[in-house]
Amino acid sequence: MKHLLSTEDLSLSDAVRILDTAEEMAAVGEREVKKLPTLRGRTVVNLFFEDSTRTRISFEAAAKRLSADVINFSAKGSSVSKGESLKDTAQTLSAMGADAVVIRHWASGAPHRLAATDWIDAAVINAGDGTHEHPTQALLDAFTMRRHWSKLAGTPSAGAALTGMRVAIAGDVLHSRVARSNVWLLRTLGAEVTLVAPPTLLPIGVEKWPCSVSYDLDETLARGVDAMMMLRVQGERMNASFFPTTREYSRRWGFDDNRLRALDTLGFKDTIIMHPGPMNRGLEISSAAADSPRSTVLAQVRNGVSIRMAALYLLLSGDTREPAGRPNTTTSASAETTSAHAPKESH
Amino acid sequence: MVLNQADIDRALTRIAHEILESNKGSQDLVLLGIPRRGYPLAVRLAAKIAAADPTVDPAAIVGQLDVTMFRDDLSHQAMRPPYPTQLPRTGIDNKVVVLIDDVLYSGRTIRAALDAIIDLGRPRIVRLAVLIDRGHRELPIRADHVGKNLPTSSAEKVRVRLEETDSVDGAPVNEVVIEATA
Repeated sequence: MKHLLSTEDLSLSDAVRILDTAEEMAAVGEREVKKLPTLRGRTVVNLFFEDSTRTRISFEAAAKRLSADVINFSAKGSSVSKGESLKDTAQTLSAMGADAVVIRHWASGAPHRLAATDWIDAAVINAGDGTHEHPTQALLDAFTMRRHWSKLAGTPSAGAALTGMRVAIAGDVLHSRVARSNVWLLRTLGAEVTLVAPPTLLPIGVEKWPCSVSYDLDETLARGVDAMMMLRVQGERMNASFFPTTREYSRRWGFDDNRLRALDTLGFKDTIIMHPGPMNRGLEISSAAADSPRSTVLAQVRNGVSIRMAALYLLLSGDTREPAGRPNTTTSASAETTSAHAPKESH
Repeated sequence: MVLNQADIDRALTRIAHEILESNKGSQDLVLLGIPRRGYPLAVRLAAKIAAADPTVDPAAIVGQLDVTMFRDDLSHQAMRPPYPTQLPRTGIDNKVVVLIDDVLYSGRTIRAALDAIIDLGRPRIVRLAVLIDRGHRELPIRADHVGKNLPTSSAEKVRVRLEETDSVDGAPVNEVVIEATA
């Protein structure tokens, strides 16, 4: 694995490997010394063309816990506002010796462009591109679900998938990269996903996604849900009116106090309520639901650091002297040392 | 074959008694096995220490110490998955920690283990017990207790197979062999 760009092409074994590694990273967060020397001397650049608080801070905390040097770059107040292109920005960072680039961009596909070109020879991690994908968010959601799912089953979470778990994702699917990444990843892990949204907030072609679609939140809840994920209504991406009023939206598609009570009366005592944040309290989720014991919102934030540590570790460790797909750049000297080291066991 | 099942068992019995002897008893002992094969060896040693000293609860003195994240060769080798670190409930502060590994070679794993220990607490003493010492040290590190000194060429490979971690054709196996690398 050289880059982490999407969950659509992530294999089951890679996904489980990231989740298992994150499990070990989580143990570091509980120790007195919350730091590992693993990525000492490596440089991680947070390249953010779009506003973000938790994702950027989470990546920064993850990189720092692994002792990497972190450079934060946000488009506001940078040369981008003077009209610099992505290519020039990338080449500038490359010249400064970045080992990994964490990129968030308003354009879908920008991270792929960065990874596919020779502008920069660094590992690229997609931290959200337009309305396309947000793989680390989906991985931390899956991590949170897996801990809950294995605790219910009484089995260790290491190595496990999410076979048979019923997940409902409700809200603004149209603009949500979180929903897209989750649908692909949860399918790979064996969960059953149902998308719940008003027809105006479902993308064209959703019927080809590996999930079922419903327009009725109450009906979906009544059929039984193990994890209920609410999506943020993305006002900043709404260039048309997708629903009549916020009041009607929250009544029909928001997780309000009545639906919270309904979970108890329907007897789903183990259903968790998830939200990727930031929350619009009172719109897609009520305060009572967000603060209830079922809510995993803060656990998701905590697990985000572990997942991002795992991603950085898996992308930046391993033999970096022989970049994949470019065997001719290897000198004979480094090939020799590689073969001398490769069969060595952990003695 | 260098060691068979009975040889491994005898070497571990001797090491267990050496650990008790150098510690003048079992007080404050903690055995930390380094994954993967150091951990089953630590469990076996704890059972032997408990057999010699019935006051010892073998499960309470064994732990596992993962050193992956502390290695100095992470960017030169294939990606290694980290293993869990589990300390005994008593912790390692002011304890006599005996690190256990299967093969002592360059000494770099032990260097990483010492760094990992420092982040977890402050033991009174750290000792090292290994099943095989094959030489070729790259750091000033030596073992306190050695099952067998095995002079090797660096072109050879020492394979330790334990029934807890390895099997050959589905059958459990306990052996140490030297293989020539291709």
